[in-house]
Amino acid sequence: MSKKYYLTYVFVCFTYLLIGQNCNLKFTGTVKDFHDGTPIVGATVKIEGLKTYAVTDSKGNFTIKNICNSIFTVKVAHVSCEERIIQIDLKKKSLYEIRLEHHIEELNEVTLRSEVDKKTKTSQETVLKGNILARYSALSLGDAIKEIPGVSSINTGNSIVKPVINGLHSSRVLVMTNNVRLQDQEWGIEHAPNIDINSAGSVSLIKGANALEYGGDAIGGVIVVNPTRIFAKDSLFGQTTVNAQTNGRGYGINSSLTKTYDEGWYISGQASYKRSGDFNSPDYILTNTGNESTAFSLFTGRKKLEYGYELYYSYLKNEIAILRSSHIGNVEDLVDGINSQQPIVIDPFSYDINAPKQEVTHQIFKGTFYQRFKNFGKLDIQYDYQNNHRFEFDIRVGDDRNTPAIDLRLQSHTFKSTLKLDSNSENTYKVGIMAGLQDNFANPSTGVRRLIPDYEKFDFGFFTLGNFKINDDFSLDAGIRYDFNRIDAKKFYQTSRWNERGYDVDFADIIIQDFGTQLLVNPVFDFHNISISAGIAYTMNDNSSLILNYGLSNRAPNASELFSDGLHHSAARIELGDLRIQKETSNRISGTYSYKGEKASINIEGFFNHIQDFIYLEPSGVETTIRGSFPVWEHKQINATLFGVDLNMSHYINHQFTIQNKSSFIKGKDVSSNRALIDIPAFKTVNIIRYKNEKWSNFNAELQSEWVFRQNEFPNNNFEAYIPRTDSFVLVDISTPPPAYHILNFRSDFDLKIFKENSVNVAFTVNNVLNTSYREYLNRLRYFADELGRNFMIQLKFNY
Amino acid sequence: MRLKLIHVSFIAFAAVLSCNDSEDPIIINEEEVITTVTATLTPVGGGTIITLQSRDLDGDGPNVPVITISGNLAPNTTYSGAIEVLNETVTPAENITEEVEEEGDEHQFFFTPTNNVVTVAYADMDINGDPIGIEFTLTTTNASSGNLTVTLIHEPNKNAAGVSSGDITNAGGETDAEATFAIGVQ
Repeated sequence: MSKKYYLTYVFVCFTYLLIGQNCNLKFTGTVKDFHDGTPIVGATVKIEGLKTYAVTDSKGNFTIKNICNSIFTVKVAHVSCEERIIQIDLKKKSLYEIRLEHHIEELNEVTLRSEVDKKTKTSQETVLKGNILARYSALSLGDAIKEIPGVSSINTGNSIVKPVINGLHSSRVLVMTNNVRLQDQEWGIEHAPNIDINSAGSVSLIKGANALEYGGDAIGGVIVVNPTRIFAKDSLFGQTTVNAQTNGRGYGINSSLTKTYDEGWYISGQASYKRSGDFNSPDYILTNTGNESTAFSLFTGRKKLEYGYELYYSYLKNEIAILRSSHIGNVEDLVDGINSQQPIVIDPFSYDINAPKQEVTHQIFKGTFYQRFKNFGKLDIQYDYQNNHRFEFDIRVGDDRNTPAIDLRLQSHTFKSTLKLDSNSENTYKVGIMAGLQDNFANPSTGVRRLIPDYEKFDFGFFTLGNFKINDDFSLDAGIRYDFNRIDAKKFYQTSRWNERGYDVDFADIIIQDFGTQLLVNPVFDFHNISISAGIAYTMNDNSSLILNYGLSNRAPNASELFSDGLHHSAARIELGDLRIQKETSNRISGTYSYKGEKASINIEGFFNHIQDFIYLEPSGVETTIRGSFPVWEHKQINATLFGVDLNMSHYINHQFTIQNKSSFIKGKDVSSNRALIDIPAFKTVNIIRYKNEKWSNFNAELQSEWVFRQNEFPNNNFEAYIPRTDSFVLVDISTPPPAYHILNFRSDFDLKIFKENSVNVAFTVNNVLNTSYREYLNRLRYFADELGRNFMIQLKFNY
Repeated sequence: MRLKLIHVSFIAFAAVLSCNDSEDPIIINEEEVITTVTATLTPVGGGTIITLQSRDLDGDGPNVPVITISGNLAPNTTYSGAIEVLNETVTPAENITEEVEEEGDEHQFFFTPTNNVVTVAYADMDINGDPIGIEFTLTTTNASSGNLTVTLIHEPNKNAAGVSSGDITNAGGETDAEATFAIGVQ
């Protein structure tokens, strides 16, 4: 019975039927795997109450003859599937589509849904499978999803990698992990998603806000991280990956183990550890860039066809050092850093992680339950709790040397429930409801004024989605969602700042207490958001298909946009939120053309996104303090447009050789003041030549050429700063993007047989083969240091 | 099924994990903030003591520092100078000079004049024999005017060329405080 955990959907197609008074009715059909369309051999199709049954042949076909009554019940079963009972009425319908729920799919059902059940049938969705993710075992989620054209990242050094989808990031990109919406202070550019890539089985990336089930505010897109899929080859199985790399002298290990029992019980665990010291650019050591990551997750539960539940816990701790030379005191130090061709501090290699650094712990607890109702649908109920604890250590003096400058604990509770009505397989509906409570606590023991205040946030939302199959060629998706957000903060303002912002006029009524130089205020803001999604998919012929979709989404401002108020040492700037900020509204249209042939495949995705009241951080002047002068960056609202085209083409020269091109082009404009948006990725084109030969132990090799152009469209935020030491003014060039660059990467892998049945996959990778020195526009530390130099990596993957 | 037991303990664990209380936040008065830099110049052999002060009571807030200079320096005079660094956001004011002195090897004041209005020499040293600059001598020549910028650098490279003789150019590090005074010598 342990083999019943196979992921299968079954279509039974009645291709021929005959109605008569006598027992001469006959029906035939095909049973196929939902994923790859391969026929399922040996499935039994049995008419209830009779001894009549058929077994599918090598093509998945079956025939049952001599049926007397046109109304009957069929039981479809397969050794690796949970059986299903379906009511059939031959008079009502000539063509039935029957889906069998698969047991292994049940294990991971909620999160696999987007991949398997393509609710985003009409969205720009790309799935990265486990074998691609395994290549990034030593890196991060943000690095892995850059495989997808149109996805880039905004980095702080090389370890803090924040995904950018079609030019948008942070609060505009929603990350789901195991059906839990990640709440990890994602508003910060220097806050990378707290996900251990080793715990991911696959990743679905949906561009735009069309996956309304997850949230209505994902103006950029949604990243859905699905847990590792379990293949019940045996009742106990697992995988271990070890890797090592020369750059940073890093190493890592990841291991997972799963035990399944009869009657649907299962338990699965995974743990990983990664460590790296100072990385190096081609010419120098990047002092204080090491990192250490410890993660584990555990899930256990019971799955039956009719009902089931699961408990899940995950723990992730990342300690990331930030380039020593990027910590600066004022504008003069910034000028020195920019003008110096290399980092000001270069020390010998070390594994030490010193200030400035981040230390983030993220824990997720989740419980789910589902119940399936015959001829109706399925009810899912989920509760999750997340605890995100973030420390940031600045370089401090005296007794505070080891005290963090930021100590934030964000706790989130979310309850959600969805009801899927799928008794009619042509048209399915889903309704859902969610409620969330969030509590942010900024620990005062830092001794530093809070960058983000204490706040409580309450969210409530509901949605309804419909998927309609108009005919064999057309299918339609439509959805609407409503969200309510309330943010209730308690924040201290410096009285001087409060008055300078004009809050003494507009917000005088929210002051709770006056401490003289500081004020304690209690801002409470409510937001009501409506999101709409609609899409149509058209299959033109066997090779070509077309998708068009539209999304309306609204995003309420985050805590940083409303409340941030303080000095950022990494950027030598004062960042100010604004209590007056309202929600932003995105209207996005997009289209996808896809061609899949024997010799070639092409996927072209285009989009146009207009964002009204786009919340945007922009320099507004210079303030002088006793430390010196600093540019002030303020959150403002403008109207913005973004449009772009992402291309993915492959040409299969022969069975062994493939060439592939992936390119992305994007433009972003601030239409309010007719100038370019900041931090828009430059044109990028990647060419890959790939060789594979199964006869040589599954040998694969590829050479990748990555060419990133210079971003020529950027807002000019340069400013003149007075340098008292030299009694002169200098231009502080914080805007000009670095030059174009071209790097080569090489990768190969093969299977090594050790035991009779087990094999080891050995992968060898060289990144930046030519040891090219370059800087990337979307790296916040680009002023101070080059990107990484050549890196040799080796990885061994054992399955058992 | 024994897994049931695991499942129950799982839930108990989560309940413990999510315990939480919330109350009004506590005010933070930053202790490391430098609000006030005062240089006291005492003429060697007697005369009027001159003070140069930069005071920024709202720290990194929007208000600009207030510069106060008690008077003009006398020509052809040597002054014995001392710097006091305070945090006046707390009561009583915290004297940060002591911290700078204790961690003298990680701090250094730099005195950068324009128009050669004065010359400054260090009169103290850290545990490595390098200057700190809390104590210094300042010498004037003929009547003139110009700026004197006083900069406190954290973690300067004191071994870099010129740094120990007071040239800030190669010092690196981070600026903790910086004040520019318009000096008149007459």
